Amino acid sequence: MINFQNVSKIYQSNSHETIALDDATFRILPKEFVSLVGKSGAGKSTIIKLLIAEEKPSKGKVTMGNYEVAKLKLKELPSLRRRVGVIFQDFRLLPNKTAAENVAFALEVAGRTQEEIEEYVPQAMEMVGLKDKMRNFPKELSGGEKQRVAIARSMINHPDVLIADEPTGNLDPINTWDIIKLLLKINELGTTIILATHNKDIVNFLDRRVISLENGRVIRDEQKGKYILV
Amino acid sequence: MFLTKLFRTIKYGFLRFWREGSLSMATVAIVFLVLVGFGGLLLFNAISNKTLGYIQDKVDISVYFKTDANEDEIIRMQKSLQQMAEVRSVEYISKDRALEIFKERNANDPKISQALGVVDANPFGAYLNIKARELKDYAAINAYLDKDAFKSEVDKISYTESAAVIERLKKIKTTVEQSAFVLLIFIVATAALIIFNTIKLAIHSNRDEIGIMRLVGASNYFIRGPFLVEGILYGILGGVMATLVIGGGIYYFSPYMRIFVPDLDGWNYFISNSFRFLAYEAFFGILLGVVSSYIAVRKYLNI
Repeated sequence: MINFQNVSKIYQSNSHETIALDDATFRILPKEFVSLVGKSGAGKSTIIKLLIAEEKPSKGKVTMGNYEVAKLKLKELPSLRRRVGVIFQDFRLLPNKTAAENVAFALEVAGRTQEEIEEYVPQAMEMVGLKDKMRNFPKELSGGEKQRVAIARSMINHPDVLIADEPTGNLDPINTWDIIKLLLKINELGTTIILATHNKDIVNFLDRRVISLENGRVIRDEQKGKYILV
Repeated sequence: MFLTKLFRTIKYGFLRFWREGSLSMATVAIVFLVLVGFGGLLLFNAISNKTLGYIQDKVDISVYFKTDANEDEIIRMQKSLQQMAEVRSVEYISKDRALEIFKERNANDPKISQALGVVDANPFGAYLNIKARELKDYAAINAYLDKDAFKSEVDKISYTESAAVIERLKKIKTTVEQSAFVLLIFIVATAALIIFNTIKLAIHSNRDEIGIMRLVGASNYFIRGPFLVEGILYGILGGVMATLVIGGGIYYFSPYMRIFVPDLDGWNYFISNSFRFLAYEAFFGILLGVVSSYIAVRKYLNI
């Protein structure tokens, strides 16, 4: 279970301060599919950064299971990040590794054996429909294919939570729906999904829980929500 | 588990090196150039030391005895000199041997042979050739020979003649050693900076990649390892290439070196020391490669 309790994130600069998240409180249960919606700068990415400990909250507490994320030491972060899969708008694949090596990398950092890697990687590549492109480098793949490799990589360690930060932002409509279907399939298999997006069609199609953000504040939290922003 | 990690680290180090292609080659080229400078200086130092040693070996003190000097006294003097810590060797040349040497040297000059035939007695006195361990020791030996006790038997001592040569050689040796040391420090510092910056730039271009590895859950060891392996590869390849190029240079210039120092066989000297030389080059290269990589990666690990 993920818990945000009165969390604020304030960026200080020389002359002024920017409030990226303002007193946010919500809870996400296991196996939920939650969409975070809002305009650019509403606080969606800040929530994700706080979840994967890329940033620390200025106030409040972020907990995942029994851990308070901000209190984890630098040494403990790798094990947290292996339990949370993340996919980004810009895919963030390792450019010097093939598609299969990118996926295998997540297993290697978790200390899996070569036999396990040889067994699981083709399975994951098949799940995302890219078994025939395992040996291709990222620059040889289309945007949709890159995102599917990123999903395979994020799922290979069977994380409890999959966080998707604008995963369809760089994709055409056909690839967009492929990725969303893939996320739904992963959710059906029992993984919590947190999807940050400002794509109205997707949110309305999903008909799942929606947390709406504006200027860093949670303005709406509905179990079967729609994309409603002023 | 440890072996698997080690194997993966080495594998990814090699893969990175191979796939980065031109960037790796550019870095190796810089390491190579710097190591040629470093190796050239090491070799220059070794050869100049050998040359100085050769010239130093030509310096000695000769004590010429009067023709009627008592041979027992000369032998006693030889033994007492041999006991001095400063003395490396004392060679005794008897009156008869001195005559023979003179005859051999002037065998082609009939006038001298004739002149010698006219003289009944051997006109040469015996002498001692003394070599010191170090150039600075000649002064002590000379002071010892200057004692009154020896004056009755000694005709002349040649130190005064070689004194100027010895002094000049001493100065040259000190200057060469000091400037080589300063130059070595300068080159090592410059090399370290150039290699460090080159590797830093290479790693800087991978900063996003390091960030991605962190986000996927890679530990610092797992991220840093392949970069260190890459640093080792830069050092080894740069070192081997520098040794080959310096070897080629010595092979080419060796005959010219002999013109200055006949006893110096640069090529043979290089061959007999090539492994040690390669080890120095590779060690220096690897050290710089690994330390630079370690420091450069550290900057991007706190994500």
